[in-house]
Amino acid sequence: MSHHDDDLHGLLAEYETPSALVAACKKVRDAGYAKWDTFTPFPIHGIEKAMGIRMTGLPWIVLAAALVGLASAVGLQWWTNAVDYKFISSGKPMWSIPANVPVYFELTVLFSAFAALFGMLILNNLPQPSHPLDHLQAFGRVTDDRFFLYIEKGDAKFDLAETQRLLDGTHPVTVDAVNEDRRTSDQLPKPLVLTAAVIAVLALVPFAFIAKARATKTDKPKIHAMGDMDWQIKFQAQQPNPLFQDGMAMRAPEPGTVALDEHPDDEHLTAGKVDGQFVRTFPAGFKVDEATMARGKERYEIFCAPCHGMSGNGDGPVAQRAMTLAEGTWVPPTALGQDYLRQMAVGQLYDVVTNGVRNMPAYGSQLAVDDRWAVVLYLRALQKAKAAPVGELTDAERAALK
Amino acid sequence: MAMAQSPFDLAPQGENAFARITHNVARVAEVSKPPRGWYIAFGIALSLLSVFGVSIGWLFWQGIGIFGNMNPVFWAMPIVNFVFWVGIGHAGTLISAILYLLRQNWRTAINRFAEAMTIFAVICAGIFPGLHVGRPWLPYWMFPLPNQMSMWPQFRSPLEWDVFAVGTYFTVSTLFWYMGMIPDFGTFRDRSTTKVRKMVYGLLAMGWRGSSRQWHRYERAYLILAALATPLVLSVHSVVSFDFATAQLPGWHATIFPPYFVAGAIFGGFAMVVTLAVPARQFFGLKRIITVGHLELMAKIILATGMMVGYAYSMEFFIAWYGGNDYEMFTFFNRALGPYAWSYWCMIFCNVVSPQVFWSKKMRTNPWVILGVGVLVNIGMWFERFVIVITSLSRDFLPSSWGYYKPTFWDFSLLAGSFGLFFTLFLLFCRYLPMVAMAEVKAFHPSAHGHGDEHH
Repeated sequence: MSHHDDDLHGLLAEYETPSALVAACKKVRDAGYAKWDTFTPFPIHGIEKAMGIRMTGLPWIVLAAALVGLASAVGLQWWTNAVDYKFISSGKPMWSIPANVPVYFELTVLFSAFAALFGMLILNNLPQPSHPLDHLQAFGRVTDDRFFLYIEKGDAKFDLAETQRLLDGTHPVTVDAVNEDRRTSDQLPKPLVLTAAVIAVLALVPFAFIAKARATKTDKPKIHAMGDMDWQIKFQAQQPNPLFQDGMAMRAPEPGTVALDEHPDDEHLTAGKVDGQFVRTFPAGFKVDEATMARGKERYEIFCAPCHGMSGNGDGPVAQRAMTLAEGTWVPPTALGQDYLRQMAVGQLYDVVTNGVRNMPAYGSQLAVDDRWAVVLYLRALQKAKAAPVGELTDAERAALK
Repeated sequence: MAMAQSPFDLAPQGENAFARITHNVARVAEVSKPPRGWYIAFGIALSLLSVFGVSIGWLFWQGIGIFGNMNPVFWAMPIVNFVFWVGIGHAGTLISAILYLLRQNWRTAINRFAEAMTIFAVICAGIFPGLHVGRPWLPYWMFPLPNQMSMWPQFRSPLEWDVFAVGTYFTVSTLFWYMGMIPDFGTFRDRSTTKVRKMVYGLLAMGWRGSSRQWHRYERAYLILAALATPLVLSVHSVVSFDFATAQLPGWHATIFPPYFVAGAIFGGFAMVVTLAVPARQFFGLKRIITVGHLELMAKIILATGMMVGYAYSMEFFIAWYGGNDYEMFTFFNRALGPYAWSYWCMIFCNVVSPQVFWSKKMRTNPWVILGVGVLVNIGMWFERFVIVITSLSRDFLPSSWGYYKPTFWDFSLLAGSFGLFFTLFLLFCRYLPMVAMAEVKAFHPSAHGHGDEHH
């Protein structure tokens, strides 16, 4: 074959069988070459040893990626569910390892798999668009059925005659001189660049729309991609509806409808009044016992104590804070032990709890009828405790006060 | 056979075993005209795919009212189809990863297209959750993307685990599949006769020239991916089973679900592999590569996993009785004797009874019997998911809401359409990509050993 020495890139030996190649490898290895390689259609068992290839560091790259994946999974779930957007689901803790294990596992595997593939490609210098061997027609069979050994001219031990002799001694089919690749352009193919550029530009378009949508304001209603769920064929509460005589879509209860907890006939129970006068007795059937008292205490401490205080002195935490701020417009809550309140009819106290008075809001919507009466009962107990004469106390209580 | 004149019936060319393997596989993608059977199959697949497109279009236009879902069967065919396809998608990675780690070298004949089958099945599976959420333009809510609502997904829910499990599975399977094809793309590139083919396969091969130093890292990466994919494949269907097992519903709330689902997935996946392999080896003249011996091994796996699934069915009944829970007992009586008994016995026949023919060597070495059982098992595995989802939901705790779920035309058209998508992708794969892992088959050929002498 003819070639200029300047053009020479290396020598390529071709073999018919894997075993011939492996035998040749041992000789080239023992001759002390460093810049050489073999090319085969499939991985050959035992060739690493014959060539002196050392174990790759790829597993460490994958291990590092696995740890990054695990840390990302921990961080993602912790940040999203335990810090940034907390909400209770089925009473589960915001942050617990067992519920997060599946995603730990999946992201660890995902990151490792990317590292395995891309780590392999990077360590192998792939993609590698061209190589001087590409211009040898015989080398086309490297991905089919032939086995090649290539020694580069750049090797310190390379000597054309010497190396040729070494290769000839390994029983190759042929030994070819390979020239430097001066034909392949170092530019990427134009159609490829063009396609990549078009795809890159098109890929930016959705992001541009998102950025525009985030940066601008509009008074137009949002776009309804699928209208069926936004505009359903139904009447909504405040809309007119020609099907009914009153023309309204929202239906009022039938006249005379009674809800389960309503007792419209028992004015004493529901309004605390009889014939327009506030009653001085608890309603018939209202049990004055320890259980009711405990219920009243519980409701009082939830609904009343924030302003009126735990013992009814008008010094609850809301009142205390308002006094501390001293803004001047604050009307302090009433102390509940005052004489006029001790003499007030239970019906009127019930009315105040139900409908509110002065600054105090109505609690009728939050407390059931029985609970309102229980609160009144507990209030009476508080009042009695505040004005109790010493004579009514037991010996133990008197001792405790001393 | 009608394919008598097919170029695939000619003996493969080549002076040695390696060249014959290359020729045998590469010619499938290189002939100017694939066999007539491919055109017929592709025509059917494309028509089904258009049914899929029309059904999805109508669904988006009209809303999920077109489904038969009703109170109390809110999870119906879309979920049945999802679990069915995810299950199919398990055999590919099992063959590529677990059998690789177990050094079952026979896998090389079938791993490539089993992997392709996996990926296409997972694509089909992934579409259904998006369709059934009711607002098909919002499935991105499933992913942890920062958004102007300042909301994040809920990671304590198995449905969110599913997003990660199926997403990871699809990605890792695709990477695994692509990596396996790199050397074979190199072969296609080097055999290319047109510029376009050379360019496209060249890009896909990324300059692979079979350097031994590259093969060394490549094999290491392959081993690592196999080791990663093995627990992954077990995790995916376990997580899918959590969707059911963590719910309180009798018939779903069972600790046997993860292993039972994984065994069922392998069972169904292998059934799909033989369903595809038998016609493919026939049409494309791959009988010398995918041999009857390979089919027999797969038949044995179908027999074994079929009996595991049968064991799980009976164990569910045993636990329902042994657990002494009235609701559980009722659910299982209802499965076998209630209004959906027909689906239950259909499942038992297809999944438990039909694979028993493989006890006979004559049956498990007959490709057409294997194909028949494979199709039956596919049907049975679809009914398994139907039984789990529908019978449990239609008879829930509140007898006043019991009902009989009937799928609508659109439920069936979406199922049929998903087969269209699957087969379209699969047939394109057969036509344009290396259907058999040539490099791996060569590596396990008797003449591939680097030591000692051999003669061709």
